[in-house]
Amino acid sequence: MAQGGSKIDPMHQFLIEPVFGQSWNLFGYNIAFTNSALWMVATLVVLWLFMLGGMKGQTVPGRWQMAVESFTGFIGDMLTANIGPEGKRFLPYVFSLFMFILIANILGLLPFGLVPGVHPFTVTSHLTVTGVLAIISFALVLIVGFSRHGLHFFSLFVPHGTPWWLLWLIPVVELFSFLVRPFSLGLRLFVAMTAGHILLKVLAGFVINGLNAEAVWVAPLVAIPSFILMIGITLLELLVCAIQAYVFALLTSLYLNDAVNLH
Amino acid sequence: MDAEAAKLLGAGLAAIGAGLAALGVGNVFAKFLEGALRNPGAADGQQGRLFIGFAAAELLGLLAFVVAVLLIFVA
Repeated sequence: MAQGGSKIDPMHQFLIEPVFGQSWNLFGYNIAFTNSALWMVATLVVLWLFMLGGMKGQTVPGRWQMAVESFTGFIGDMLTANIGPEGKRFLPYVFSLFMFILIANILGLLPFGLVPGVHPFTVTSHLTVTGVLAIISFALVLIVGFSRHGLHFFSLFVPHGTPWWLLWLIPVVELFSFLVRPFSLGLRLFVAMTAGHILLKVLAGFVINGLNAEAVWVAPLVAIPSFILMIGITLLELLVCAIQAYVFALLTSLYLNDAVNLH
Repeated sequence: MDAEAAKLLGAGLAAIGAGLAALGVGNVFAKFLEGALRNPGAADGQQGRLFIGFAAAELLGLLAFVVAVLLIFVA
């Protein structure tokens, strides 16, 4: 859609390119190691190192162990508050989910572009990734629900106190709202990250094109205010990174609550 | 009006949805702050519900963005 003299393409950052192994094929599908996979591995390495420093289990925790324990404690408290005493059983899954999303979001926002030839890539700005995370959460809800309650799990669709003359409508509405959960869960994270990164790149385009403009008045009037705005938006995006990871974990724990306790 | 112009107009109209979602999100936090100032003791326990409301209001604005992107790049 970009026209005119500017060559700023805000969608280019979401391009998935092979890093190596372009010719790898498995059952007719190309399984090249892409930049998306590279940043997922980077996320995993950062998370691994973070946990490695904090899993010493000392009686008197150091600073690092304190940092890790405050994260696990935060997620553990959230699970206990939403699911009840049984919530701690889901701590490993929800904690991994939260930390993976958080670190992937923040890694995508870090200014790696200052190093020539390196392009940061936000793993969570693709519906394929967030969709799979949402499907895993949804599948876990189904597995927990059916294994604990069997077919009684379907009583989720008929809340207590439903009047008999609404029995034809409420289950349909409840079923629909249940089935739309994985979509809303994955879509929220994907769109929030995508929209933020597009906004940042559009503003960056204003800065660069303003500095390169022929008219002298453009640089102080357009480029510098855009740059200041960009700093503010970047801080806002850091907040959004944390909030979206928190919301994903929070909604997962709410859905797990439905599966564990029914209504 | 040709089809391309109609698509771009539709994408622009979808931005109204984003603005309305901004009203919704602002309303969620405003009401929470109002309640929290009246009863600060109960505020910390309700933060989960605050973010549920935030997520629900925000999702509809994000859907408006998705509609705009679909109109521009896909349709």
